[in-house]
Amino acid sequence: MQEFRFDLCELPGETEGLRQELRAFLKKELADIPAVTRAQTWSGFDADFSRKMGEKGWIGMTWPQKYGGHERSFFDRYVMLEEVLAAGAPVGGHWIGDRQSGPLLLKFGTEEQRQTILPKVARGECFMCIGMSEPDSGSDLAATRTRAEKVEGGYKVNGTKLWTSNAHKAHYMIALFRTDNEDKHGGLTQFLVDLTLPGISIRPITDLSGHAHFNEVNFTDVFVPDDMLVGTEGGGWAQVTAELAFERSGPERYLSSFILMVELIRELEKQKGEKGAAEIGRLVAHLTTLRQMSLSVAGMLEQGENPALEASVVKDLGAVFEQNMPVIAHELTGIEAHIGTGSDFEQVLGYLTQVTPSFSLRGGTREILRGIIARGLGLR
Amino acid sequence: MNELQTILSDSVNGLLGDRVTKPLLEKAEAGEFPQALWDEVEANGLTRVLVSEEQGGAGGTWADANMVLKAAGDHAAPLPIAEAVLASWLLDKAGIEVPEGVITVMEGEFRLDGDKLSGKAARVPWGRNAKHAVTLVDGAGGAQAVLVALDGVAIEEDINVAREPRDTLTFNAAPAVAKPAGLDAEALTLYGALIRSAQMAGALAYLLRQSVQYANERKQFGREIGKFQAIQQQLAVLSTQAAAAGTAAAHACASADRQDDPSFEIAVAKVRADDAANIATSIAHQVHGAIGFTYEHGLHYATRRLWSWRAEFGAGADWAEQLGRQTITRGADALWPFVTAR
Repeated sequence: MQEFRFDLCELPGETEGLRQELRAFLKKELADIPAVTRAQTWSGFDADFSRKMGEKGWIGMTWPQKYGGHERSFFDRYVMLEEVLAAGAPVGGHWIGDRQSGPLLLKFGTEEQRQTILPKVARGECFMCIGMSEPDSGSDLAATRTRAEKVEGGYKVNGTKLWTSNAHKAHYMIALFRTDNEDKHGGLTQFLVDLTLPGISIRPITDLSGHAHFNEVNFTDVFVPDDMLVGTEGGGWAQVTAELAFERSGPERYLSSFILMVELIRELEKQKGEKGAAEIGRLVAHLTTLRQMSLSVAGMLEQGENPALEASVVKDLGAVFEQNMPVIAHELTGIEAHIGTGSDFEQVLGYLTQVTPSFSLRGGTREILRGIIARGLGLR
Repeated sequence: MNELQTILSDSVNGLLGDRVTKPLLEKAEAGEFPQALWDEVEANGLTRVLVSEEQGGAGGTWADANMVLKAAGDHAAPLPIAEAVLASWLLDKAGIEVPEGVITVMEGEFRLDGDKLSGKAARVPWGRNAKHAVTLVDGAGGAQAVLVALDGVAIEEDINVAREPRDTLTFNAAPAVAKPAGLDAEALTLYGALIRSAQMAGALAYLLRQSVQYANERKQFGREIGKFQAIQQQLAVLSTQAAAAGTAAAHACASADRQDDPSFEIAVAKVRADDAANIATSIAHQVHGAIGFTYEHGLHYATRRLWSWRAEFGAGADWAEQLGRQTITRGADALWPFVTAR
């Protein structure tokens, strides 16, 4: 049986200056943003805020300078991530580009793709989205059907991507298309798609909370030039799999309900009783442990290892933690969740109660993650 | 793992893996102390991992000791190895020579008159088998580390759910060696929680290994039960709990090496181990079916230990309440700065 490795990873002392700088910046920038808006964290979109993050040099922090990056350590970047999330900053605009698409292009993109896209992403001016799921391809990603058919000078794309977060506000999509019908896994290819191309239509889908973060994106005879292919034709599956370790272990995988935890403690402070102390203590213990596990995976990623299993462990435990938060808040206070009106606590509870179901769906469902973990344990 | 940790881990896992057999465990549960194995453990220096080199120890850190503690839990060693590691550390820290032989720690109500110890300690691990016990007693100018020989001490025998000896010892002006401990009197419970958290992480690692192995061997409906998604999903959950408890224990050990007051991380580790134990023991038994419920099968050596240890040196609920009160007192806006400063 393969043993999971969670070697401790300690943040170096020199990150402390950056942390304080971030806190001062966030305190000022977020002063007027209500808690319920901050609770959206990396789902919250604010183009001005993203631009300011870019000006500060807090997007693409680890990327090479020649692509607009800042060549800072991954520790610095980790500190930035956890500080913006804990504060509830509206980082949704640049989040995907910074976390996923940028690193993907650095690894697999052409020189021209890197030079065209990355500096704009790092300035907080260019937003990315990821086109993976489709109407008939959710957890079964290899069932991707959207077809990129080879034509003179490029590919003709037809099909539909679904649940694409922020597609309606993004400039580019990193899309997974089928280039070969015969080879299920080996017939998938990633493309960098300019969302202004003719033939693309984007329809926002309202979620149960009334927000419209995700979209249906239709492609009808869309011409994508050859030079927009990312990596190798047929290499899409392997490239996507490599991407997922970055997606599954970050601090966003356990901090999505953090604003509610803060408001819950504030509510209990007011009640001045002993009520709920043990439950809060448990949450603190789980939060602290998840942070260590997430840091550990970050440390392994930095050393060029592939902690895909450990990343799945973090995401699974993180989602359980995040999803329990509104339940515990309800149990401890009995206060009714509100939308639109009410105290910060009531509104944050109202928002998170509604959106937590998505936490074990996005970025790989609970069942898929546990299947990956089980295979890692030697069960198949 | 550094070099010392690899050596320690190999050596302790090799020894215990070899020697802690089912017959040995059965005899221990029937009341026969495995003295020969204890002698080997001691001769290998495993209980003195935290003792300074000048005093004949390994001069190791808590991160090093974690290897020994985890292995003790992993193999369900029916010996006070973890207690001896802690007792030896307390003595060495106070400048008291660590005696040979079985040694344990005890929590209790004590009075120290010069070098005479009086009072009572309940649920002392292996009290009946130990030659010496170590405790911390509050005194003028801080706690005293106290070493007391157990010959002639009144012993009331009892056991925990894992059938490990947990005895009540009564002292009446027993001759003792006492020196300033450099710690609060509460440190005994605190570091007791640390050794149990590490042992629990070890026992959880065992539960995972054993359950995966069983699921890959046991056939029903014509195939190994590990091929069923229902079983796979449960074992995945068990693995995440084991990983969390292991990480929390390692973090607490690192904190004990780094900080004067590691009480936050130790409380976190005990809470996390307790929660993990509740989930993991249930899954391990469910996967094993009826055979795992028999005395004949060895699964219970680990699960009964986890059920006992989760309540020793402060239950998870006690530590959680303490963490929660501190968190609420510090205030909502202090939560994040506090967590990131640890």
